[in-house]
Amino acid sequence: MDIHALQQIVHTTRDARRKQTIPKFSPADRDQLIHKYHPDYRASAYRPIRFGPNKGDRTVVELATLLEGDSPMQDDQDLAPHYSTDVLVIGGGGAGCAAALHAHGAGSKVMLATKLRLGDSNSVMAQGGMQISVAPEDSPVTHFIDTLKGGHMQNDHALLKVMVEDGPAIAKWLIELGVLFDRQADGNLHVKKGGGSSKPRLLTCSDYTGLEIMRVLKDEVINQKIQLLEFCAAVELLSDEEGRCSGAVFKDLDNQRHVVVAAKAVILATGGIGRLHIQGFPTSNHYGATGDGLCLSYRIGAKLAHVDTFQYHPSGAVYPEQLIGALVTEGIRSEGGHLVNAKGERFVNELDTRDVVSSSIIRECEEGRGIRTMSGRVGVWLDTPLLDAEHGPGTVEKHFPAMMMQFERFGIDISKDPVLIYPTLHYQNGGVRIDTNSESDVKNLFVAGEASGGLHGRNRLMGNSLLDLMVFGKRSGLTAAARAASMKQAKLTLKHLQQFRTEAKKHGNPSGVISPMILPAYTRKVG
Amino acid sequence: MALDTTDTQNIIDQPEVLKPRMVTIEIAGKKVEVPEGITVIKAMWYAGQEVVRGVGCLGGFCGACATYYRTKDDPKVRTCLACQTAVQDGMSFTMMPPFPARKATYDIQALQDPKQDLFNLYPETPLCRNCNACTEACPQQIDVREGVWKAVFGDFKSVSEMFMDCVMCGMCTPVCIADIAPNLVALYVSRAQGAHFTEKPVGLDSRIKEIQDGRFNEEWNKILKMNDQELAEHCATVK
Repeated sequence: MDIHALQQIVHTTRDARRKQTIPKFSPADRDQLIHKYHPDYRASAYRPIRFGPNKGDRTVVELATLLEGDSPMQDDQDLAPHYSTDVLVIGGGGAGCAAALHAHGAGSKVMLATKLRLGDSNSVMAQGGMQISVAPEDSPVTHFIDTLKGGHMQNDHALLKVMVEDGPAIAKWLIELGVLFDRQADGNLHVKKGGGSSKPRLLTCSDYTGLEIMRVLKDEVINQKIQLLEFCAAVELLSDEEGRCSGAVFKDLDNQRHVVVAAKAVILATGGIGRLHIQGFPTSNHYGATGDGLCLSYRIGAKLAHVDTFQYHPSGAVYPEQLIGALVTEGIRSEGGHLVNAKGERFVNELDTRDVVSSSIIRECEEGRGIRTMSGRVGVWLDTPLLDAEHGPGTVEKHFPAMMMQFERFGIDISKDPVLIYPTLHYQNGGVRIDTNSESDVKNLFVAGEASGGLHGRNRLMGNSLLDLMVFGKRSGLTAAARAASMKQAKLTLKHLQQFRTEAKKHGNPSGVISPMILPAYTRKVG
Repeated sequence: MALDTTDTQNIIDQPEVLKPRMVTIEIAGKKVEVPEGITVIKAMWYAGQEVVRGVGCLGGFCGACATYYRTKDDPKVRTCLACQTAVQDGMSFTMMPPFPARKATYDIQALQDPKQDLFNLYPETPLCRNCNACTEACPQQIDVREGVWKAVFGDFKSVSEMFMDCVMCGMCTPVCIADIAPNLVALYVSRAQGAHFTEKPVGLDSRIKEIQDGRFNEEWNKILKMNDQELAEHCATVK
């Protein structure tokens, strides 16, 4: 059928749906739903990791294979450093920039290396906002509770407490750097309500929150003259005789040469895994989201936390083809947008947590109440025109300019027509286990942002990622700088790699895979 | 499970997906055949190119894939973001190389007179000759030329609002005959607006002070002492 004919049911049922309230699931119903429909519970997609710090733990096959993968390093790799620095930051997204700026501010010599350009990251795409409890009726404790509920009570309490308590100071830092958060008429920060939150707590810069923060942080990194190493992908970490991290080896993607960097402390801020397309899912992630930091940390001996759980954002575009996997911000649902199946019915409280909403969408589609595309995809409607009906004409355009433009380019006006959506691989809930100073099990190896794990439990709440990046970017930067100031450069060896290879040999590495992946293989090989 | 029968009827017509029409396009001067309607980036991958420089977020936010293109028989060279634009028959495109624009460096907090400092940091800004090429080059539909003049006249607030959509692709820069880098000017102006000309949020400062003064300590102590069961029960009371 013509898409407009299929969309009719959304228009005709709109007024009736506006009168409806859909209760949230009880904890028991929610667990049952998630166990039945959430991709984290698709057993066939999982296998145990065969060796290393997380031996026996289950994770998705795609990730297990990369974690067990071999290093591209030769045994006789020349480790004479091309650069020496106090603090080496790997990754140029939000966490990397925040870490570099704080370490630099604390007096360290800092180098920031990234495999693409400074700022190329998921951070730049964050649209929904940043959760910080600034409203008078809100508190860090309530933020803690909401996050814990969202994370199925599995969050690391110590990490979570520092995140919610450091939040307001982070907002102040960003404002002083010139970030333009949306304001109320009285000059206070405007807060929006996010999915799974009991209080309005999202700070926003229209639907460009991540972009605005990243424009400013990138500019500041350049203004502070922090040394940059762009288009250089980390391919192995270095350790001293006692297993402490002492630097990294990079592959320069322009000339394929290895670059060795000696560092007193290393901060990994390499982001997530969307581009592994786990379980065949499309992704909202950037080009470089291939889980490199997980492989590097794993080989040097750092334990990972919650590596079996991933976030499938409820609203990834399914139509048009060009936008498959692209995110339709949760902000639309925060402002009242309904999810509607092919029969014109709502089927979930749209502001429930992401895992619940995604599971419900998958249920609707598996039970035949989805809308199919001819490329074999399926989805449900997100009623975007409802926002204009509810809050007045022009609301969608005013509040979601980025979304409007993205769809307009393909001839779709989301203020007039609903959007077809299905869950898209969005976030790695777990990652390298860290303490409250952002340090991993491996001494002098810090991990910040999406690459780290424990904070979000088994499901991250909307708006907590941007805050995570800033808080643990800052903590890692400050701790690494203090550490570096108190020590000499350690030796550069690949001793950890010898151990890893010995263990790998015992278990075999039949895939022959070399990791990290660096970039996904999208180039068509046959023509 | 009971499948709804409506499912088989709810299929969006997309004949182009079932049998993609092949079109001829030119990538940096070389003719290739690709399926119609895929994005410019995907067309490059389809043609067998390894792309490292020129791909970033793939979501239209990072500006890495700034591209010049022309459609069949049209002399007008246009700009786009390669991840957000579909190819069509006869299209010809090439990616914009990194352009060596000069970025001024500054300590945003230490500025004494940001509106005047604009002319020290970017002295070329008032030399705009109103050709409007920057506005025409902007893939985000920002009225760049207007923004440059608003910056010159000190209307920093308007500039910061107009450039909230700016993805820093820099396509406004190579076209400027006065060597202005409008995106960098706007970035400076927006940061100055945020750091110097926006009201300080009083509520934020009080919250920071409350945390420092330990206003929530009692509540923390209560919660952090709970066992899993108690904590779960407490969480259930927060709606």
